Amino acid sequence: MVYEFFNANPVVYKKKERQVRGAPSDTDESAVEPIDHLEVFDHLRNIKDPEHHYSLEELRVISEDAIEVEDHCSFVRVTFTPTVNSCGMALVIALCLRMKLMRSLPSRYKVDIRVAPGSHSDEAIAMNNR
Amino acid sequence: MAVPSELAQHIESYVDTSRSPTQQATSLDAVISLVKNHLITIETLVREMEIYLTTTDNVIRARGTLLIAELLMNLVSKPLDNVTMHSLIGFFTDRLADWRALRGALVGCLALLRRKSNNGTVTASDAKAVAESYLRNIQVQSLGQHDRKLCYELLECLIERYPNEVASLGENLIYGICEAVDGEKDPYCLLRAFHIIEALVQLFPDPSGPLASYCGDISENLGLYFPIHFTHPNGEEADVKRDDLSRALMLAFASTPLFEPFTVPLFLEKLSSPLPLAKVDSLKYLSYCAPNYGADRMAKHAGAIWISLKNAISTSMLESAKSFTSQSLNGLGFEENEITTEAFMLLKTVLMQNSDLLSSLIMDDEDISTTFNNMTSYGSYSDIPLQGKQRLHVVGRILYITTKTNIACCNRFFESFFPRLMDILEISKRNSSGGCFLDENYSLANKFHFGAVYLCVELLSAYRDLIMESRVTATDSIHAKEACCCMLQRFSLSLINAFCSTLRTGCNKVSDDVDIYFRVKGLQILATFPEDLLPISGSIFENILRTFMSIILVDFNHILLWKLALRALVHIGTFIDTCSRSEKASSFMAIVVEKILSLVPFDESTLPFSLKLEAIFEIGTSRQSHMLKIIRGLEESVFASLSDVYVHGNLRSVDMAIQLLECFSNKIFPWIHGTGDLEEVLLRFAINVWNHVKSWTASDVQVQEKGLLDATMMATKLAVGSCSEESQNIIIQKAYSVLSSNTSLIVKESTTTSIPVHPEGLQLTRQTDKFSHKDECILLLFASIIIAARPKTHIPNVREILHLFIASFLKGYVSSAQALGSMINKLGLKSNGTEISSDCALEEAIYIIFNTKPWNSYNNSVSGQCEATSNGIEIGLSDLCVGYVNNRLLQVNAIVGLAWIGKGLLLRGHEKVKDVTMILLQCLLSDGSTGASKLKQSLLEKTCEQDLHPSVMKSAADAFHILMSDSDDCLNQKFHAIIRPLYKQRFFSTVMPILLSLVVKSDSSFSRYMLYRASALVILDAPLIVVVSEAKKITPILLEGLSVLSEDIVDKEKLYALLLVLSGILTDKNGQEAIMENAHIIINRLTDLISYPHKMLVRETAIQCLVPMSKLPYTMIYPMRTQVLQAISKALDDPRRAVRQEAVRCRQAWASIASRSPHF
Repeated sequence: MVYEFFNANPVVYKKKERQVRGAPSDTDESAVEPIDHLEVFDHLRNIKDPEHHYSLEELRVISEDAIEVEDHCSFVRVTFTPTVNSCGMALVIALCLRMKLMRSLPSRYKVDIRVAPGSHSDEAIAMNNR
Repeated sequence: MAVPSELAQHIESYVDTSRSPTQQATSLDAVISLVKNHLITIETLVREMEIYLTTTDNVIRARGTLLIAELLMNLVSKPLDNVTMHSLIGFFTDRLADWRALRGALVGCLALLRRKSNNGTVTASDAKAVAESYLRNIQVQSLGQHDRKLCYELLECLIERYPNEVASLGENLIYGICEAVDGEKDPYCLLRAFHIIEALVQLFPDPSGPLASYCGDISENLGLYFPIHFTHPNGEEADVKRDDLSRALMLAFASTPLFEPFTVPLFLEKLSSPLPLAKVDSLKYLSYCAPNYGADRMAKHAGAIWISLKNAISTSMLESAKSFTSQSLNGLGFEENEITTEAFMLLKTVLMQNSDLLSSLIMDDEDISTTFNNMTSYGSYSDIPLQGKQRLHVVGRILYITTKTNIACCNRFFESFFPRLMDILEISKRNSSGGCFLDENYSLANKFHFGAVYLCVELLSAYRDLIMESRVTATDSIHAKEACCCMLQRFSLSLINAFCSTLRTGCNKVSDDVDIYFRVKGLQILATFPEDLLPISGSIFENILRTFMSIILVDFNHILLWKLALRALVHIGTFIDTCSRSEKASSFMAIVVEKILSLVPFDESTLPFSLKLEAIFEIGTSRQSHMLKIIRGLEESVFASLSDVYVHGNLRSVDMAIQLLECFSNKIFPWIHGTGDLEEVLLRFAINVWNHVKSWTASDVQVQEKGLLDATMMATKLAVGSCSEESQNIIIQKAYSVLSSNTSLIVKESTTTSIPVHPEGLQLTRQTDKFSHKDECILLLFASIIIAARPKTHIPNVREILHLFIASFLKGYVSSAQALGSMINKLGLKSNGTEISSDCALEEAIYIIFNTKPWNSYNNSVSGQCEATSNGIEIGLSDLCVGYVNNRLLQVNAIVGLAWIGKGLLLRGHEKVKDVTMILLQCLLSDGSTGASKLKQSLLEKTCEQDLHPSVMKSAADAFHILMSDSDDCLNQKFHAIIRPLYKQRFFSTVMPILLSLVVKSDSSFSRYMLYRASALVILDAPLIVVVSEAKKITPILLEGLSVLSEDIVDKEKLYALLLVLSGILTDKNGQEAIMENAHIIINRLTDLISYPHKMLVRETAIQCLVPMSKLPYTMIYPMRTQVLQAISKALDDPRRAVRQEAVRCRQAWASIASRSPHF
């Protein structure tokens, strides 16, 4: 059987310029750098799309702005945007994201993965409930 | 000729295709050596081979021909007579028709044609015959890659060596070459083909000759390859690089102007393609071809080229502007790529070629006019939309490049654009009287449009750069009568005033950084214009300087502006140097140098002191005379504030004095050292210190300011260190006279063997007693001079000074110990016969240090417990160290002193260092546990059995750090220490085995603990390569060292250094065995360090070290897995980001070795 792509020819974007963070202070040992959305994005950006050899960053499935982190509440929410509306891989992507975050964040964190509103056909029923 | 049977065998073996290539090669070599050694002649061989050369079996015939050809290839230096040559070349020429045996024929022709003239060459007529046969018989494109390569080489060889004969073939040849090259795809063959075409064009220089009709075909053929693009991945065609091929093609295109009608349109077409590679290549080729095609031919394309260029430049600058912090920028800081660079090169080339045509095109360009027309709509840089900024940048860069091309262009562009810009800026011409009227009413807020300022600055800097370049190369000098000069002179006055008033305080707060940058740059350019082209009156020049100075003094909160202004002043200061006019130089001195110096002593000005010093130093670097003036001024301030502290007891000056001294240490002395010729300044400084010391000590004020004294010592050390021996002699004499006049320090009746201790004299009765502050000051400053002295510098009365330092380091003055170490390091040997600069040789000094009995227990009234053991005995340094006198502080001081002396010895490679090491080891071992081992007893032969306090043992362990580490304070290259190469390696390999065996034999846990510490300190300073080579033995003790050092926060730097050694072993191949043996302990230690709270780098490195551990054999590490993962998951919540990132990576490595579970 020939495998059919959900999105055979995705748009590949140039990597966006990263938001720059100030250089960390080397002298102050007690300085605390809370976990922020840029750091979480760093964990996720290189995950490969299940269908193609591109990273989720290149396909703009995830972006820096779509990650909300509240370090003091130990909460992170990632909102991703599948490349096509009917993407059957959305669930796989969501699982990849969750797995990666569970391995990369302290165990105190609660992870919430969402599909961006309007970007997927059955978001309300299928996705956001899982 | 003999040996036919042997020959037949070889031939048979070569011709037989079933034999292996090595066998064939061997038989070829055998035949070659037969011919070389004159055992057979070539004629015999050919006759012998007749059957092989004429057989109808294609394979054998081909091999046979090839044998002869290869043979000839290997006999290029063997002389051959004309007859042989003729018959051989005739044979191969014929064989060119035999396509089945072609390889041999080609190789044979090549071998013969390439021969050097003294060994017999092919005649011209024969060569022509080869060429004819070639053209008639060979279909190059139907051959395999290797044969094609040979064909091209043959053709190239013919054209190069027999140009006239080949040229006589005329169109036939050109047609043949076109046909041969057509459709070639192999890179190497193409490279040859391009060369052939280049060479072919040289054969027919006549523009109306036979080549003319083929130009279209040839350039069409070549055009197919443009731009060169490799479809294969890079690695495959390693022998031919894209760049080589591209260059060869470019040379072929540029070989004749006849190609111009075909190639230039092709380049322009490719220039408009979206491929960056095509653009860059088109621009490169055009730049290269334009001069070869000539001005007339290129003129036809000028318009098209200009438009394409403009588009290429505009589209290549799409990146956003960088932030404006970097100090050297092109234009508005838009990122420029290779396309832009090449485009500007081409612009310059075509402009030089067709100046008039191109400049009128540029001046009439609509886009440029639009930019000019839009300028007035925006005020500040930040008002302009991004697109507008880009357009402005493009125009600015184009104007800069074109104006800078040559003086004619400069005149033309200046005349065309400069007045328009001045109109926009509403800057009026200077009135005829030439007077200097400052137009105070010039209100700038609305008129100083950024675009106009920017373009104006680009024009000015292009003009100035052009002048400077022409002066450097001394080519066509530029006169003041040039149009652009006159134009600039007319506007300069008003322009300078406008810049000055915009930069005045108040205007800067509202402006954007970029606005300010160009205003400062503009003013700086105008101020540094060569005097003969733009005379600026004294008052105007002063006005410029004052403007910048007011920024320096007032606007220091605006960091960019402040830095720019300072840089501009330094630039102006440097420039005065090159084209000096005394008037300007003196106003710079008065307004800038003296003004800023006058501010130093007073704290009233708002400018922070550190910025003041930065500005002063930077301005000083502009010119030596400025620096000298500044050094004098600063010196006065230093000594004034030092006296203020030490004489008047005014502690408010302490901070200022320290900052000034640091400025000398960190900036001025290194600068002087760099110039190499201002020794008198250093000498003066050092002598001045000693002149003042007298007055400081004469005062009654007691000031205890350690920081200030340290800063003074450092400055003195550096000043003395950079002096020559003569100057150092003067300084030491001066210092010694001050020292010896101070009776309380020097003990006059000292002898070589012992110091009879008087209770009032050395005051050694209580070691906690320090010297009085004044004595301390003199002593420490004197020690700094001794530390910085050169080996040959004469030290007066060495014995006395040695005694002084011995006495003082026992009181806890580390500098004394360092000075002692430096003396020991630099003193001359008696035995080597050279003249000894001081009156005391090294041997004697060592004797004095180790055999003087500075301590008389009779006087030891304070620590009474000791009397029982040392009653009435004189005690030497080594006895003090191992605790003969039961006084901890004294013991610690003695050990520290001994370590520095030992370092002096170690660096010069003296064997006495062994004794020092043994004393230190003795200290480590001697504790009062029961059942002292034999070893210990042998070491402690003379010493009484008594407890050593932990602090004493710790200082003994730390002494190894002093011995091994590089010090900034003394005994380094800056202070002329004698350093034997590889001393660290040597010490490491002698002391480590001893430490290791002591660890094994030690029966007291505390002693072992201290031995671990000492070993760790030796390991962390040893060169990594030595440690790795000993990894097997070292690793266990290194791991113990890690746990010892992780206990105290003070040792965090040492812990980090030691951890780096471990990571070095981990990553080295030679360390693998040691790692495997100790895997469990290593992992335990590293997981402990993951939570080390005092240093982030320790945690990060520990995690990094764990990553390679996960690659060890599965059975070995699997049991540790849970432990590691638990430790790492804690690190995932580390407060520092770098640690967390490493933790994620490490966790990935460890989690993936077995389970798929997200947790463990």
